Amino acid sequence: MSELLELGVADTATKIASGEVSAAECFAAWREAAAGDELNAYLWSAEDGASEEPAHGPLGGVPIAVKDIFCTEGVPTTAGSRILEGYRPPYSATAVKRLDAAGARLLGKANMDEFAMGSSNENSAYGPVLNPWDRTRVPGGSSGGSAAAVAGGLAPCAIGTDTGGSIRQPAALCGIVGLKPTYGAVSRYGMIAFASSLDQCGPLTRDVADAALLLAWLEGRDPLDSTSVGIEGGIVPPHREDLRGLRFGVPAELAGDAVDAGVREVFEATLARIEQLGGELAEVTLPNAEHGISAYYVIAPAEASSNLARYDGVRYGMRSEAGGDLIEMYETTRAEGFGAEVKRRIMLGTYALSSGYYEAYYGQAQRVRTLITEDYVGAFSEVDFVVTPTAPSVAFKLGEKTQDPLAMYLGDLFTVPASLAGIPAISIPAGLAEPPGGGPRLPVGFQIAAPAFAEQRLLDAAHALERAIGFDARPGGEDG
Amino acid sequence: MAELEAVIGLEIHVQLATRTKMFCGCELSFGEEPNVHTCPICLAHPGVLPVPNEQAIRYGLQIAAALECEVAPRSIFHRKNYFYPDNPKAYQISQYDIPLATDGRLGDVRIHRAHLEEDAAKMVHVGESGRIHGSGASLVDFNRGGTPLVEIVTEPDLRGAAEAAEWARLLRETVRQLGVSDVNMEEGSLRVDANVSVRPAGSEELGTKTELKNMNSFRFLQRGIEAELQRQREVIEAGGRIEQETLHFDPRSGDLTPLRSKEEAHDYRYFPEPDLVPLAPTEEMLREAREALPELPAARIDRYEAELGLAGNVALTLATAPATAEFFERTLAAAEGVEAKVVANWVTGELAAALRATDGESDAAESKVEPAALAGLLTMVQEKKISHGSGKAVLASLVAEGGDPAAIVEREGLAQISGDDGELAAIVEKAMADNANAVERIREGNDKAIGAIVGAVMKETKGRADGGEVNRLIKERIGPG
Repeated sequence: MSELLELGVADTATKIASGEVSAAECFAAWREAAAGDELNAYLWSAEDGASEEPAHGPLGGVPIAVKDIFCTEGVPTTAGSRILEGYRPPYSATAVKRLDAAGARLLGKANMDEFAMGSSNENSAYGPVLNPWDRTRVPGGSSGGSAAAVAGGLAPCAIGTDTGGSIRQPAALCGIVGLKPTYGAVSRYGMIAFASSLDQCGPLTRDVADAALLLAWLEGRDPLDSTSVGIEGGIVPPHREDLRGLRFGVPAELAGDAVDAGVREVFEATLARIEQLGGELAEVTLPNAEHGISAYYVIAPAEASSNLARYDGVRYGMRSEAGGDLIEMYETTRAEGFGAEVKRRIMLGTYALSSGYYEAYYGQAQRVRTLITEDYVGAFSEVDFVVTPTAPSVAFKLGEKTQDPLAMYLGDLFTVPASLAGIPAISIPAGLAEPPGGGPRLPVGFQIAAPAFAEQRLLDAAHALERAIGFDARPGGEDG
Repeated sequence: MAELEAVIGLEIHVQLATRTKMFCGCELSFGEEPNVHTCPICLAHPGVLPVPNEQAIRYGLQIAAALECEVAPRSIFHRKNYFYPDNPKAYQISQYDIPLATDGRLGDVRIHRAHLEEDAAKMVHVGESGRIHGSGASLVDFNRGGTPLVEIVTEPDLRGAAEAAEWARLLRETVRQLGVSDVNMEEGSLRVDANVSVRPAGSEELGTKTELKNMNSFRFLQRGIEAELQRQREVIEAGGRIEQETLHFDPRSGDLTPLRSKEEAHDYRYFPEPDLVPLAPTEEMLREAREALPELPAARIDRYEAELGLAGNVALTLATAPATAEFFERTLAAAEGVEAKVVANWVTGELAAALRATDGESDAAESKVEPAALAGLLTMVQEKKISHGSGKAVLASLVAEGGDPAAIVEREGLAQISGDDGELAAIVEKAMADNANAVERIREGNDKAIGAIVGAVMKETKGRADGGEVNRLIKERIGPG
């Protein structure tokens, strides 16, 4: 039984398709693992007695953890928020339907930072997720439940959402692969909006091949999402084994940034590995990337302040018992239903959009966004990829940054620029590093960003690099 | 003090008669059970996204073409943020700094802009006031929520209440003839708000304006503006100042009362709607919108006045009833030698009256009267083959049973009796003899007395004589007075 839990997406599907194991048997094994969740990775997991219907489709029978930000018909969906407690959507997200159509089975709804606002999963109304490598540490966020479930052996694969790094950073902190596709590659329909111009759905998996397999079924133009376009030509399994002829740009600005020594060491070793595989390194400049965090923390809260205004207690979710007139009902429902970080961002965003401040904040942030996008266009005229560490540090302690939102925000500095530019970026595990202050070694992510819609090239290169790195550490493994 | 001139601009919301809502697939409806045409999208469930209705865009483009607007190559949808239960997303998707269309004109009034947006849901406030304040409870019907709207904003080019109402009628007729809306003010598919201010006549500056809402008929529109103009004039003449505010018109009392600031004071925090891409109409869509335009009322009025010499009111009557206008034009084409204004007067006067007199059916185009038949009738009247009075009788026959006017004249023996064949002269002479008294009074200079003799002749001939000719024959016989 337990060997089933060792398998990734492709192998599981193959085993089921060949009849070696039934879909029901496979699901039961994973369901049992999910039911034993000690990481608080799931907010809901599938009931016992899973469907006996035979597997179908290319992902036939593969169980999947779905971030609780995706609407799932009839299945509780909270986005990690008290305000959606008890909400069971009347419809399913396009991403969920596409995976379902490909044969995947919903294993559970993964915990997350409330409305995807956070980098540590400590902002979930339903308690933080623990990092399977060290349960005193955060798994990253906001897709922390998805990442911990995959890394902790509670799911073979997961989907999450990335707005400023919410797939890549938790993937890095949990030692798995996380891909944020190009904005528009995957439908956002049914994905509870945080910052609509940035949100994008992507896979969190054990390896790059699995990420490609999920993306192949997730991507595509959706008539229900006007901003979706899909990826021309689709996605095929990555097969590249070297990096010959490919140029990897390392931002010059990286030198001055506060990257932990252990992370820097793994990053440099990975650069050396790229050269060994025949890849070429070059310095590129992204002069405006340093303003990415500032722009992001204006644009995302601004959009969020509007997106979250619908949670008013009138039509669904929780409603305050406090009573009073309409306005008081709105106020008490939102006061009780939203957590501190969500309120902080709603206030930031409301201010940034208000009359008289719009140009100075939202307008200015959009101009910065344009400049950052242009920086990448410039860089990609010289190189095929831009590489950085995914996060400046390994997983930090629970509670370490909760009193300092700004320090928490600065952890997003490497992931936010690609989000603002709308380009695809992947985090692959590149090695282990000792955390500052000592302790067991923890995973370090290596981020590769590519031009818009160059997912296939990105996956091919990441696959080659992944093979060369040969990362095979497991939580509770060599150091644990 | 200089006379105070009225300065009025209108904001018109037109509900588009598309099959489905602006951003989801729910059907449009009116007067159905509440909340039957809803879905996760128009109820603003978490995670849903808007998809623009292509038909609404096409209708918007037709309105833009009819109003001679410039269409933006890429117009932008914005979010207008406010909390209210009629607005489940807490933002309305509208257009802001780059609307669908700008800089147009209808008649003498310039169009500032026209943009696409979605309607709010309908609130029903349970209680005496019918408004949210003072109501016991409020109910929301989301059937209307998300209905496509085009908002049209004029420049402040109107100078009086009656002028504003008349122009609004022209706009309604224009939109009606495009076939893109039901334009029913009572049902709310056409809603007109007015921005009203006054200023010293001759001044170029604009005074402080107030916005008038809830005038759900043209009559109320006119009355509301009149009341507000009077109020503003009184305030200013008493040395006061006009406060910028929104006023609610009460059609029962005719009162205008300010809306409470809580309903009104908004910072809408507009920003571009990130869920939608810019609206970029293709060349083909623009061409189709232009080609779909019928001849619109303003153009028809101009043509009828300038080319056909019709009076303004007759041209207006025809232009606001395109099927009748079509009937008029076909009749005119067939009625050789008959002046356009005669044809128009018959169509809008005698024929309309005859149709109303039957079973209330007043649409010429739907009647039994063929344009060619009416043309034949008018030619006979023109050539004095029958009298005007007989013409009316024949028309009544045509309205009742259709057919050929010449045959009716023949059958009814309505051919005009003229003086030349002696028959009419004999009847005239007999009538004069029977009315010697009247003949005497005419000789004494009382011309009006001739009516009694003419009446007697008409009675005798059953209206088959020409009035002018009868007059001439009488006067010949009395001799110069």
